[in-house]
Amino acid sequence: MNVLALEFPPISHLFEWPEIAFHGTFYAINKTVLIYIAAVVITAAIFLLAGRKTGSLVPAGVQHVAEAGVTFIEESVVMETIGEEGKKFMPFLTTMFFFILFSNIFEVIPGIQFPANSRMAIPITLALVVWVIYNYVGIRSQGLGGYLKNSLFPPGVPVALYLIVTPIELVSTFIVRPFSLAIRLWANMVAGHLLLVTFAILSHTMFTSGIVGKVGSIAPFAMLTMMTGFEILVSVLQAFIFTILTAVYIGGSLHPAH
Amino acid sequence: MLNVLAQTAAGEMLEGLKAIGAGLGYGLAAIGPGIGIGTVVGNAISAMARQPESAGMVRTTMFLGIAFTEALALIGFVVFILLMP
Repeated sequence: MNVLALEFPPISHLFEWPEIAFHGTFYAINKTVLIYIAAVVITAAIFLLAGRKTGSLVPAGVQHVAEAGVTFIEESVVMETIGEEGKKFMPFLTTMFFFILFSNIFEVIPGIQFPANSRMAIPITLALVVWVIYNYVGIRSQGLGGYLKNSLFPPGVPVALYLIVTPIELVSTFIVRPFSLAIRLWANMVAGHLLLVTFAILSHTMFTSGIVGKVGSIAPFAMLTMMTGFEILVSVLQAFIFTILTAVYIGGSLHPAH
Repeated sequence: MLNVLAQTAAGEMLEGLKAIGAGLGYGLAAIGPGIGIGTVVGNAISAMARQPESAGMVRTTMFLGIAFTEALALIGFVVFILLMP
């Protein structure tokens, strides 16, 4: 594709990586899979190392990271949305937050620079896991009838309005929620990656094109630097938003709207 | 000969219209959420300024509001990607 005389690679070249092992099988491995494996290993390593019995009460090293993360999830996600009885979802929410964070943050790590969540597979799987969990929690705590009644017929609405409200609630609670959860994470990562690629290609083309371009390439390079910082923020924020929306959905299933 | 030319032109026209549609679609989809996120954040800031002690709760709710509003813009972005040639 040619954009403003820039050779811009087609979008599929930016997101589809060649297989590097187990070609053609179900277990084929490419860069995205490797990043996910790295994210799993890092998440597991942090908590396994932090959970060791050290004999000393003073936290040190990686234990600080783990404790700060757990406190953060507990104070600003669980207590704000579910409350005291949400504590039993802490392990799930914390693990999910760190896994999404680490697979996003590879977007800005030099030499790798690919957000693994810009492929749809894992976001939609996580969203379906969340879907199963909040429906299970709702049925478990209110019973099947109570859960359906509270989510499809919200109390305090005039009876005639149920004609409109019930179909909307049905679609939004059971169909749109998992998809919007997955698309929010995926599209943010795709947009961020495209943005970084655009400015990187622009700086490179201008820098290799003559003296005027060399001077002018300062502007897109400055923009690229700023955008890299912004994408770090977006990576953390999207992991946070995915986690907090999960907590909100679980909280909504535990305490029906009054 | 003219027939062949007309066919090529029609094909190129289709590509061009697709590109225009993709661009316009994303642009239009971004208007509403842009205004919406502005409203959400603006009101959250005035709430935090009035009651700094409730800033934590307001910030969490603000991110939730942003996430729900932003979904519309992201759907526009997905349509843009799907329409890209």
